Amino acid sequence: MSGLFLVQLLNGVQLGVLLFLVAAGLTLVFGVMHFINLAHGVQYMLGAYLAASLGIWTGSFWLGLLLALPLSLAAGLLLEFLVFRHLYDRDHLSQVLATFGVILFLDEAVRALWGSAPLPVPQPEGLGSIVLMPGLLYPVYRLVIIGAGLGVGLLLWLLVERTRMGMLVRAGASNAPMVSALGVDIRRLFTIVFGFGAMLAGFGGALAGPVFAVVPRMGDTVLILAFVVIVIGGIGSIRGAFLAALLVGLVDTLGKAMLPDLLRLVLDAAPARQAGAALASMLVYLLMAGILAFRPAGLFGGVRA
Amino acid sequence: MTALLRRQALPLALLLALALVPVLGVQDGFSLGLLARAMILGIAATSLSLLVGGAGLASLGHAAALGIGAYAVATLDLLGITEGAVVFPAAILAAALYALLTGLVSLRTGGVHFIMITLAFGQMVYFATSSLSALGGDDGYTLYGRTEFLGARLLEGRLPFHYLCLGLAAATWLFCSMLLESRFGRVLRAAKEEPMRVRALGLSPYPYRLVAMTIAGALAGLAGALMANAMEFVSPAILSWPRSADLLFMVILGGVGHLHGALLGALALVLAEEVLSHLWDHWRLLFGPLLILAVIFLRGGLAGLPALLAQKLVQTLDRRAR
Repeated sequence: MSGLFLVQLLNGVQLGVLLFLVAAGLTLVFGVMHFINLAHGVQYMLGAYLAASLGIWTGSFWLGLLLALPLSLAAGLLLEFLVFRHLYDRDHLSQVLATFGVILFLDEAVRALWGSAPLPVPQPEGLGSIVLMPGLLYPVYRLVIIGAGLGVGLLLWLLVERTRMGMLVRAGASNAPMVSALGVDIRRLFTIVFGFGAMLAGFGGALAGPVFAVVPRMGDTVLILAFVVIVIGGIGSIRGAFLAALLVGLVDTLGKAMLPDLLRLVLDAAPARQAGAALASMLVYLLMAGILAFRPAGLFGGVRA
Repeated sequence: MTALLRRQALPLALLLALALVPVLGVQDGFSLGLLARAMILGIAATSLSLLVGGAGLASLGHAAALGIGAYAVATLDLLGITEGAVVFPAAILAAALYALLTGLVSLRTGGVHFIMITLAFGQMVYFATSSLSALGGDDGYTLYGRTEFLGARLLEGRLPFHYLCLGLAAATWLFCSMLLESRFGRVLRAAKEEPMRVRALGLSPYPYRLVAMTIAGALAGLAGALMANAMEFVSPAILSWPRSADLLFMVILGGVGHLHGALLGALALVLAEEVLSHLWDHWRLLFGPLLILAVIFLRGGLAGLPALLAQKLVQTLDRRAR
């Protein structure tokens, strides 16, 4: 039991880290530009597809991952240039709908190019499993995901808090017209933040490829969970997104693993399994509703405008 | 009366056209089924338009209320209850209750938070319905038959169903229009434009918005009950979040601020989907960019188009005259 619990705990952190990679871009883009981007999830999907295809083409998963990063960045910049840039001055409703159009287009494009079946993903070479406990093996790659997520979190913190670019991003978030008046090209700053966010989402998708299925519409579920994450964490806050992502990852994974068993203490086996599964998939939304009922702006919201 | 006719010429013409379709000879099941679906979605979209245009509340979870109405029909069908006098009120009440409960939490926030929270609640309902194994889970549930009224199978015929949907769509439009013109609607609209001033006048927008959400939910529940009858089938797909986005798009395409625009948007969207999906397997490759272009360029929506064209025409004539 305790070994299984440890595995589920690690899986939860791993999901949390992947959610953070998607949510970080989402919350940055919203924090700086007040732009709500539903198409962020398809950028995650695009990263997974690019990494998997390039991995097959080059014969190496790692090479595919490396090549997918600049391509994700380019895709993000292209989308910004073609679509998003025309929507910065519009209300949130228009942004939601136009980016929904991007989702429809890219989901269908992926289906047309790669087909509806899950894409075979090359497994990361050179990593085996390690023994967590006697008789309990855990794939090293999953630990690498956790490490990469934590690394990106640290990097983002350094970028935002300690560099000139980060200072501009923070300033832009609190008062964009003022930053613009001080002679900073705010549009260029927007573009950079956007491309960076797209790259992070693509990186998340590329990392997730070998663990989860690479299928069309894989970005939708992640997008909604990432929304839950940034709402819980407080929109615009990287620190909030990080903590909320871990919280959501853990609650979701542990809930799905343990709730059916817990409910069996009070219910029969069949209804317990069913109610447990239903309750587990609703758990993160209940968590969000609960947190918002007490803190409408999220855990770290309202600290900055 | 003439003033009303002139002001509401477009919606009345639209409703009249829909009423004339069967008279003009289009009576096949396929076309009428398509129109019924459009009108039903039009009811849901009109109720959403009440929220978006009237109260400034962009809900991205409105399909959940629609789905709850449909699932109420399926649940009662499973229990062997098909009496319309029970089924329809139950569907409406269930959806209204959902809207009330989620409104209590989501209305504490605003703007983007509201969009995301309604989305999250919608997903919650989606997952709940997918795990209802008694109603088929992900695969959905096929109804034994359409809802009856006092044992009479009124909804089985194509024409009665067409006119029922039309009548309810018209009633929904009329009801929402009157609601927006009433004192209640004025407070709602004022709170959308100037919440500070409304508060300064001693009115709290919160209860008004909550009532608006509940009413919109109830109307969406009605649409859901009709939808279940139209398809004789209910599955979680009816309340997946892209459905909510579709409803929002109908409102925007038709034109925010014009209640009848929602019905127009629903018709345009359903028909466009039908035509495009026959042309090409990957029709969404066209549909996505069309949606983006419509949002970027068609700001007043379809309902604002006649006024825009008239204005352009007058300008051109003016220039010619000079």
